[in-house]
Amino acid sequence: MIRLEDLTKRFKTPGADIVAADRVNMEVPTGEICILLGPSGCGKTTALKMINRLIPPTSGKIYIDGQDTSQLDDIQLRRNIGYVIQQIGLFPNMTIEENICVVPRLLNWDIRKARQRAADLLDLVGLDPRQFLRRYPKELSGGQQQRVGVIRALAADPPVMLMDEPFGAIDPINREIIQDEFLKMQAELKKTIMFVSHDIDEAVKMGDKIAIFRAGRIEQYDTPDMILAHPANAFVADFVGADRTLKRLRLVTAEEVASTEVPVTARSTKVSDALHQLTVAKARRAVVIDSDRRPVGFVTAEEMAGASGTVRDFAHPLPATVPVRADLRAVVSEMFAHDTMWLACTDDHGRFAGVITQPDVTAALRATYGPDKGAGPEQGAS
Amino acid sequence: MTRWLGLGRGATMLLVFLLGIWVATSGLLDQITIYWDDITYLTRQHVFLVASSGGAAILVGVPVGIWLSRPSMERYAETVMQVFNIGTTIPTLAVIALSMTLLGIGFPPAFFGLFVASLLPIVRNTYAGLLAVPSHLKEAATGMGMTQRQILMRVEIPNALYVIFSGIRTALAINVGTTPLAFLIGGGGLGELIFTGIDLMDTGMLLAGAVPTAALAVAVDFLMGQAQLRLIPKGVNPLR
Repeated sequence: MIRLEDLTKRFKTPGADIVAADRVNMEVPTGEICILLGPSGCGKTTALKMINRLIPPTSGKIYIDGQDTSQLDDIQLRRNIGYVIQQIGLFPNMTIEENICVVPRLLNWDIRKARQRAADLLDLVGLDPRQFLRRYPKELSGGQQQRVGVIRALAADPPVMLMDEPFGAIDPINREIIQDEFLKMQAELKKTIMFVSHDIDEAVKMGDKIAIFRAGRIEQYDTPDMILAHPANAFVADFVGADRTLKRLRLVTAEEVASTEVPVTARSTKVSDALHQLTVAKARRAVVIDSDRRPVGFVTAEEMAGASGTVRDFAHPLPATVPVRADLRAVVSEMFAHDTMWLACTDDHGRFAGVITQPDVTAALRATYGPDKGAGPEQGAS
Repeated sequence: MTRWLGLGRGATMLLVFLLGIWVATSGLLDQITIYWDDITYLTRQHVFLVASSGGAAILVGVPVGIWLSRPSMERYAETVMQVFNIGTTIPTLAVIALSMTLLGIGFPPAFFGLFVASLLPIVRNTYAGLLAVPSHLKEAATGMGMTQRQILMRVEIPNALYVIFSGIRTALAINVGTTPLAFLIGGGGLGELIFTGIDLMDTGMLLAGAVPTAALAVAVDFLMGQAQLRLIPKGVNPLR
């Protein structure tokens, strides 16, 4: 847990004092990622660097796991906090192994234990230790370097990590990949993380909580869904963008919205039985599945009315299916691409897992706004 | 490209070979070898002058460069470097002459003059090399909990090493080239054969001084090049 209490930083300049952080109060629960978000010069990086005292605070307190860090000496404090910067900062004179072992060696770990740790961590991010341990940073691609930058900060297993725009210098495709890898790692490691970003999409994707900064103050500190659904003021609304409701699509997966109570039928079913099934379920269409429960098509009540034969004769192929784990943005994108109002979802094994419709999606987005617009904060993220 | 290099090397070898034949037949070789005792004695003196003044310049120049690059010296460093820059523009012969007026004749002024002449490139390159270490490396090192001393020894110096080495290489080249002048202020060395050979119009004596001086300069530069190639870590060595 990280707690900031009235944290303030004033820089003295010849003209007037500049307040880079103005009585910042916030708490990041253990195991969560908190994103500090805002335009440049808003004080988010200053706030972050005061935690490991790269910038000494003017006043205020910082607690890590309940301990007042002003009681600790700078060097000890920093060795127990993982630190990742945008420029990565791998030491070019050291091999990848030596780079990862820096903090463990500073903490007087046994050299063999440190080396084992380096190999394990490389494995964790999908880099082959035999191939990479002896290489120098300049022999790695940008994405590989940034992965090493992150695991170097994890080397001594610190409970707390500070990340200053860690994925800012990577191309968009690799950034998505590394972000996903990092989230997967974090799901296991459960570090308490402060993460500076200026990218609202990254914040929504990575953050358990987002703190929006302006001129050294926190304008809003809340879950991504609350920030997008209920911006506290015009500045926040403006910063998250006019399309903020669309951004919320990424926060919900198809699984949460899809309805599973949809009639299903097999190709060999008689039309009369299928029609009866639809009447009972008060539905207009049924999804046709094969013997492995994979969705293969659909039939509608209108077309089958009064006909005879099997479902096979009336089945239409499905335009597309979406994995049930996909977020709503991907689902809506598929719907638009195929000009359809509904899609069948599949689980990890390709089996039918429900149907998602455009009204389901809009209903899910609307839900948080409640009957009276801008409802209270008790309606949190899903 | 390599073919042309090979051709060039072949041509050089042939030239050296022909030169050797010419030197041997013209009797110049005999004229040089009669000074063999002088050559060995003076070469030893010469090497001692180079090693002592160059070594002292390294031992003083590198720490001074480091000291000037520290943040606490930031306000004064540029001024001090300007003084060093002006110092570099003074011809080395003038430096040697000036040191004679201060220290008389013999080894001390020769040592001092050569020391001053080789100090400047070392200080300048050490200072510039350390300042050129990217600030994000220092930030990363600080954020990881290294002490100021650890940052200097493990991050700053290794990353500035190539530039520092270049400075030392330049300084030693200047030093070896200037050492023959030490004879003029009684410092000894191979200059004794060169200058006396010029005065007596004795080509053999002249060459007995000039050839070892040239060979020494080439050897020192070769050694420094090899050291630069092999001693600097692979990750920060543009030669590897």
